[in-house]
Amino acid sequence: MQSEALQSNDNAKNAPVKVDAYKFKNERVSIMNKVMPILLFLCASVSIMTTIGIVVTLLTETYQFFKTIPILDFLFGTKWSPLIPPKSFGVLPLLSGTLMITVIACLVAVPIGLASAIYLSEYAPKKVRKVIKPILEVLAGIPTIVYGYFALSFITPIIQSIFPSAGIFNALSAGIVVGIMIIPMVSSLSEDAMSSVPRSLRDGAYALGATRFEVALKIVVPAALSGIVASAVLAFSRAIGETMIVTLAAGSTPNMTANPLDSIQTMTAYIVQVSLGDTPHGTVEYGSIFAVGMTLFVITFLLNILAQYVARRFREEY
Amino acid sequence: MNIFHDANRKQIAGRRRTDWLLHILFVTATSIGVIALCALLIDILLDGVTRLQPDLFTNFPSRKADGSGMKSALVGTIYMLLIMAPVSFIFGVGAAIYLEEYAGKNRFTRIIQLNISTLAGVPSIVYGILGLALFVRLLALDKSLIAGALTMTLLVLPIIIVSAQEAIRSVPKSRRDASFALGATKWQTVSRSVMPSAIPGILTGVILAMSRAIGETAPLVMIGALTYVAYLPEGLKDSFTVVPIQVYNWLSKPQVEFQELAASGIIVLLALLLLMNFSAILLRNKYQKNV
Repeated sequence: MQSEALQSNDNAKNAPVKVDAYKFKNERVSIMNKVMPILLFLCASVSIMTTIGIVVTLLTETYQFFKTIPILDFLFGTKWSPLIPPKSFGVLPLLSGTLMITVIACLVAVPIGLASAIYLSEYAPKKVRKVIKPILEVLAGIPTIVYGYFALSFITPIIQSIFPSAGIFNALSAGIVVGIMIIPMVSSLSEDAMSSVPRSLRDGAYALGATRFEVALKIVVPAALSGIVASAVLAFSRAIGETMIVTLAAGSTPNMTANPLDSIQTMTAYIVQVSLGDTPHGTVEYGSIFAVGMTLFVITFLLNILAQYVARRFREEY
Repeated sequence: MNIFHDANRKQIAGRRRTDWLLHILFVTATSIGVIALCALLIDILLDGVTRLQPDLFTNFPSRKADGSGMKSALVGTIYMLLIMAPVSFIFGVGAAIYLEEYAGKNRFTRIIQLNISTLAGVPSIVYGILGLALFVRLLALDKSLIAGALTMTLLVLPIIIVSAQEAIRSVPKSRRDASFALGATKWQTVSRSVMPSAIPGILTGVILAMSRAIGETAPLVMIGALTYVAYLPEGLKDSFTVVPIQVYNWLSKPQVEFQELAASGIIVLLALLLLMNFSAILLRNKYQKNV
């Protein structure tokens, strides 16, 4: 560093002698200075273009689809039978299937994730925390197809031995495994929120004679509530968009059922099912991918906005 | 007086007991996640270890489980990574440099930033739909390697941008000031002072994004990565398959032998992921001290 500084000092002394050379070099540099910001801006605009691309493709194809299938039939129809005549495109069975998976997943992930977050942030000794945290995060990095295999080969047999009426494909197994997948999401985001609660609040409570659980549940959790709720909403949204686990383990029967042991079909699983078959471009089935995809996109988009809003709007500032 | 005292004592003992019970409850809940991970790994290892033979790497998939391999899938995954890595690196890091070093604090920058965090939350299958409409149909790339790689590039871009931004942001301002003080221009400062110290962090992010990409199945199923490929792709426009899709293909067959093959395919996939994550951690640890 220092020698560089000296060098440039030397150069400054010699500068008048080699003016032309320096001018040339500076001009070249100034071209870079003019061109690079534009190139970099173009890189950044790829992300905007992706969003526009998603919205435009979904909108145009969905519009085509709604020309043949009335939008009200799609949104409020209770029968989804796109491949076998009489064809019917009511999205409610797919929505209810998705909702069931998501609710089961959140019933698994939110309590476990939150309890893990409380343990890691309030109870665990530093050493334990250093080991457990990365292990939980490994869960988030495992490919979903692997979870799908786990659901089929491990969870489903257990469920079948408890409830003999359960089929090979059932919503419960897929829901539990989706839940396991999103545990780290809930736990790490909640823990981040909890560890940003200032130490002084905890110390104050301890000084008043509070026990650890009182500090955790009555001081830290309320103070970090916005972050915790946001993490739950994000996890919910992630569960809605999950594809391979439900494709493999939940089956492909669009059912409006309240029984988690039944086989169901989610929106994502339907999209995969149609694209696996060779559906010609321009048919109603092809359009239905985009209509379902649009529904999926809108729901997850709104949930993500909601999570950001909750995290910002209700944050306690200290 | 004494009565109050006793009541107090009882109350305190009760609260202590609750504390203890909840402690156990929290530990149990935390261990569920760990146990699930162990169960998953053990389950897969037990199922797949018998089929983990050289055939798996040297043979093409076939109708019979015996001697069936996933050579084409492994090669497809590697080719896809080779295309994705440079493309997503250039665009991702470019976007991050723009946002951190060049962008003014205006409405447009905020929109880009918000947009990136929203894109990170879009389900992967939606990217598959985009890839199907944009690359496969509109640009007529068909169900090709390049269409798959570009789709996955769009999918991992938000992850790369966010991690590269963090790496660039963690370069101390004093480095930039020193560079400017020596008369460097903006671009010289960015390319020769900021980037060298940010690059380990950026590479870590890129490797992690790549490891996300090799596990993704849904978007590639959407764009029609074939499930039965008995040849190696030779050009960008050749059809291809990747490891997770090969696993999916085996999983959808009812025979036990194919389920075992799927499990051994998963072992290979997980080993690949482990390798990538491990190298990312090594990279981070090696350079963290020097910054």
